[in-house]
Amino acid sequence: MVHQHFMLVPTQTVTENILLGLDRPRFLMKLAEYDEVVADLGERYGLKVDPRAKIWQLSVGEQQRVEILKMLYRGAEVLIMDEPTAVLAPQEIYSLFETLRAMVAQGKSIIFISHKLQEVTEIADRITVLRKGRVTASDLKVEGIKREELASLMVGREVLFRLERQECHPGKIVLSVEDVHAENDKGLPALQGVSFDIRAGEIVGLAGVAGNGQRELAQVISGLRRCTRGRVLLNGEPIENQSPLLGIQRGLAHIPEDRTHVGTAPNLSVTDNVIMKKYRQPPFARGVMLDMRVAEEFATQLKAAYDIIVPTVETPVRMLSGGNLQRVILAREISGQPLFMIAMQPTRGLDVGAIEGVHRLLLAQRDAGAAILLVSEELEELLSLSDRILVIYEGKIMGEVQDGDLTTIGLMMMGTSLEDIRNGKGDSSHV
Amino acid sequence: MDPIVILQAGVGTGTVLLFATIGELFAERSGVLNLGVEGMMLVGAMSAFSITLVTGNPWLGVLLAMLAAGLISQIHAFIVVTLQADQVVSGLALTFLGAGISVVLGEGLSKAGAISLMPAFSIPLLSQIPIVGQIFFQNQSVLVYVGYLLIPLSWFFINRTRPGMHLRAVGEHPAAADTLGINVYRLRYFYVFVGGLLAGLAGATISLAISPGWFSELTTAGQGWIAVGLVIFAQWDPLRAAFGSYAFGALRRLILDIQGPTILLGFPNPFYYNPYWGFFLQMLPYAFTIIVLVIGSREAVRKRLGAPAALGLPYIRGERGL
Amino acid sequence: MSDTMSSPQEVERRLVPFTIRIESRLVEPPRWYPAVVSFGAIVLALIAGGIIIALVGGDPVRSYLHIARASFGNLGVLSDTLVKATPLILVGLACSLAFRSRLWNIGAEGQFFLGAFGASAVVLTPLLPADTSPWLFLPAMLLAGIGAGALWGFIPGFLKARFNVNEIITTLMMNYIAVAWNNFFIYAIWSEGGFQMSPMFPRNAWLPRLTDYAKQVSVLAGLTTHAGFLIALVVAILVWFIVYRSRWGYEIRLIGDNPQAARYAGLNIARNTILVMMFSGGLAGLAGASEISGVVHRLQGAISPGYGFTGIIIAWLAKLNPIAVILVSILFGALILAGREIQPSGIPKLIQGVILVSLIASDFLLRYRVRFIPRREAA
Repeated sequence: MVHQHFMLVPTQTVTENILLGLDRPRFLMKLAEYDEVVADLGERYGLKVDPRAKIWQLSVGEQQRVEILKMLYRGAEVLIMDEPTAVLAPQEIYSLFETLRAMVAQGKSIIFISHKLQEVTEIADRITVLRKGRVTASDLKVEGIKREELASLMVGREVLFRLERQECHPGKIVLSVEDVHAENDKGLPALQGVSFDIRAGEIVGLAGVAGNGQRELAQVISGLRRCTRGRVLLNGEPIENQSPLLGIQRGLAHIPEDRTHVGTAPNLSVTDNVIMKKYRQPPFARGVMLDMRVAEEFATQLKAAYDIIVPTVETPVRMLSGGNLQRVILAREISGQPLFMIAMQPTRGLDVGAIEGVHRLLLAQRDAGAAILLVSEELEELLSLSDRILVIYEGKIMGEVQDGDLTTIGLMMMGTSLEDIRNGKGDSSHV
Repeated sequence: MDPIVILQAGVGTGTVLLFATIGELFAERSGVLNLGVEGMMLVGAMSAFSITLVTGNPWLGVLLAMLAAGLISQIHAFIVVTLQADQVVSGLALTFLGAGISVVLGEGLSKAGAISLMPAFSIPLLSQIPIVGQIFFQNQSVLVYVGYLLIPLSWFFINRTRPGMHLRAVGEHPAAADTLGINVYRLRYFYVFVGGLLAGLAGATISLAISPGWFSELTTAGQGWIAVGLVIFAQWDPLRAAFGSYAFGALRRLILDIQGPTILLGFPNPFYYNPYWGFFLQMLPYAFTIIVLVIGSREAVRKRLGAPAALGLPYIRGERGL
Repeated sequence: MSDTMSSPQEVERRLVPFTIRIESRLVEPPRWYPAVVSFGAIVLALIAGGIIIALVGGDPVRSYLHIARASFGNLGVLSDTLVKATPLILVGLACSLAFRSRLWNIGAEGQFFLGAFGASAVVLTPLLPADTSPWLFLPAMLLAGIGAGALWGFIPGFLKARFNVNEIITTLMMNYIAVAWNNFFIYAIWSEGGFQMSPMFPRNAWLPRLTDYAKQVSVLAGLTTHAGFLIALVVAILVWFIVYRSRWGYEIRLIGDNPQAARYAGLNIARNTILVMMFSGGLAGLAGASEISGVVHRLQGAISPGYGFTGIIIAWLAKLNPIAVILVSILFGALILAGREIQPSGIPKLIQGVILVSLIASDFLLRYRVRFIPRREAA
């Protein structure tokens, strides 16, 4: 099985990871021999990777190759791939599909799990649809099937692919990012001169394959990471390289990528979690003390307004489902009437109904005049919500589009700048 | 205050720290933090002493001491691996438990008198080497020589063998190991046990070789804690652990000896003429541990190395992340 | 090759006619559940302790009865129990506060010693003359104790905040350093007549005790409970308010639960680390100062039968709740008091260890449910 979240030990080499858990070598590790075996295997299936490299040094695409090699080494005849394209750019996906077809030609069988209807129809010979743990349709032949048909099998009703979006009337510039450079956790450059503006009343989408600097960008803007150069201005005031507190106090809201590890405190109550950004101000703060009664009232109001399903506001939030947790976070961030909001993967892991709810909330905020930066790996979502879309690749903005041209966006996600595309230098042959 | 003598004795004392540190190193590499080293060492020391007293056979004493400490370590393993409780508190509890048990069962042992100790000898050819031979191979307890063997063996095991690779994987990314059929729980139980065995050996080394006797809780004098600190300093590597252990051993001996002579480095010895300054000398090993930790922590940040990624976290199958 | 022995979820399938299934709790257990579980854990621990006592040749029932009588049997021993409980309450508060912020302050013992040092320094340097009014003397001593303890907590706190040095080891090392520090002053500087203790403090430097009022109220004669107990109670209530009703307390709880979320919310973790460690150290220092001026009345080496470490257990047992700390401290005070007369002498420590292990193990029941499902016979 090739997992969605790679099961690779970062500090060990490719060969070591491939050999993990096997009987051979018996006791002594003679890595040099096995390095060669791995290299050969890679050649055979077109999955090139350096056997001696340590996993943390590899790109995401390369790591996935290691995962596949792991399975092939074990002589797997059936491969189960769980959301394999979540972390790949369009051209890498094409590459993967070629590999898969080659493996199938050699007699292997593949179970390809994905929620991306486009891909499923492209690669599969037969399709099975699951909904809420039950099979709703199986053995469908791919020929002639329509995406809408599949979608409704998945959800059980007509899926709204695009929400109604009113015309955009952007106001003044709220957030200004100027030539920001930053490093990632490994000390490598993650952002290399990012600049853009966001105005009040618009949603700007940021597209890009995971790992191209989106996380670091969100962290720099919200104050969780230092930038080595450049500025971030909120309503004209610099907020870069200062405590996150400054942004919070100036009307910056942040919906983090990681709901459970960053966005909430699991053992604290709903009340405690919703006052996380406001507890310093009256009426919650009375001098050095906290007025818990006021806090509880506030939490109860939010519970009703945002439809948070929870026994009481005293319940620890670790008991909440993903969708409810996200509602808590949204309730908290939106109730502050933010001037600017950065939303990272706001609908990840949510079911279709919850996704719709989140989209409506975001659009409502935009209509109310907030400036929103929407970072998402779901191109559908970006196209649906954004007034304009920026594409980030290796820490640089490749360009901006307003017309939702998927091919252009795809090429930019793979590293071709907008200019080059317009000049016809876009690389239309695949990697 | 002969430097050779100090280093020679330092190697002996350092062996105690060596066993405890390498034992804890194994446990931590598998992802389990075991703060009960001090307790396990006390159990080991007491068991070794009392068994030898009763049977007259120090080898039996050492063996049973190791098993006793290993057994106790399994309580911790059960609590943190199976029950998935907090590793810090459980380790502390183990220290209390170990201290309590050893004090209770060791009641009266301190008056027991002399017992047969582990044999000490010199290694024929090697001890003739000037300086190095005198320090390392002359008139050391057999346990010290065991220590010498342990260092390369543990390094080799961890870095160059298949089980060693599995050990490392379990500590870095237990989920990955799990998906490939490695039994994370069983391996962690095992390596905590190894840690217990070695801690017991460390305790036995104290009571049967280095500072013979049983002095209730003073027997270990915090060396178990120093060992935990040394693991961090050693960056989880047996070779550095060895360096640190022997260095500390030498330091402790130095502190004892420095108060003796009337002349020190050509000047009147302030520690001789102000015997109470000895208290500040007593602080040194502990202060040094703190300094060693600061160095170790900064280095870890600098080299982006550090603890096994899963250290201290219970492995819960099916949970996102590690 | 591939091991089929699975996770703890299917323990002992073959040995027992039930399947033991362990499931993660999806709903919060009722509010009384944690208290009952803790109580059960203690009972289990006492039983286990009793077994060990029996193994060593003692009589467990007699031992336990003896403990009960020796600590609560009459007014006199009750008073003694409260005396023992006083430093325990303060140290328990110190540990519980630190633990709430995920700071493992194992150095309460050392901070206690430094607190005793600070208070003694006021008397012995002498900072204030022997005839100073107690209204000045005592607060000065207590403040000095708090300050010294806070300093002793600051050092590991700073190292953790600045260099991310593991505070478990640093606080522990500071314990040993503190003992040597005090010893130096006891032996070398403040020694009285070559004995290993300082001279007795002047009467004005003694915390008032119940027995001081025996002339007015005769029943108080001989009762050594001192003002420190009152102080401890007041401090406990203060800490409760701070933790549950103050902004700082909210921050402490947030950081303790999820440091990443705390950063995200704009909190300064390094600053909090240092503040909490100083506060925790100050509380432990207060315990030392109170013990010195309320009980010992001089600086000597033996001032603590391991209060600092018992405080850890108390904090855990009380589930970090300040009010519960009071009750648990009285219980442990009883154990320590009565334990001095029990043979073998390591028993109280052993019981403490067993209780702690039992408690930690029982925490499991709060997160998981254990269900016994009778197994159907295989056909």
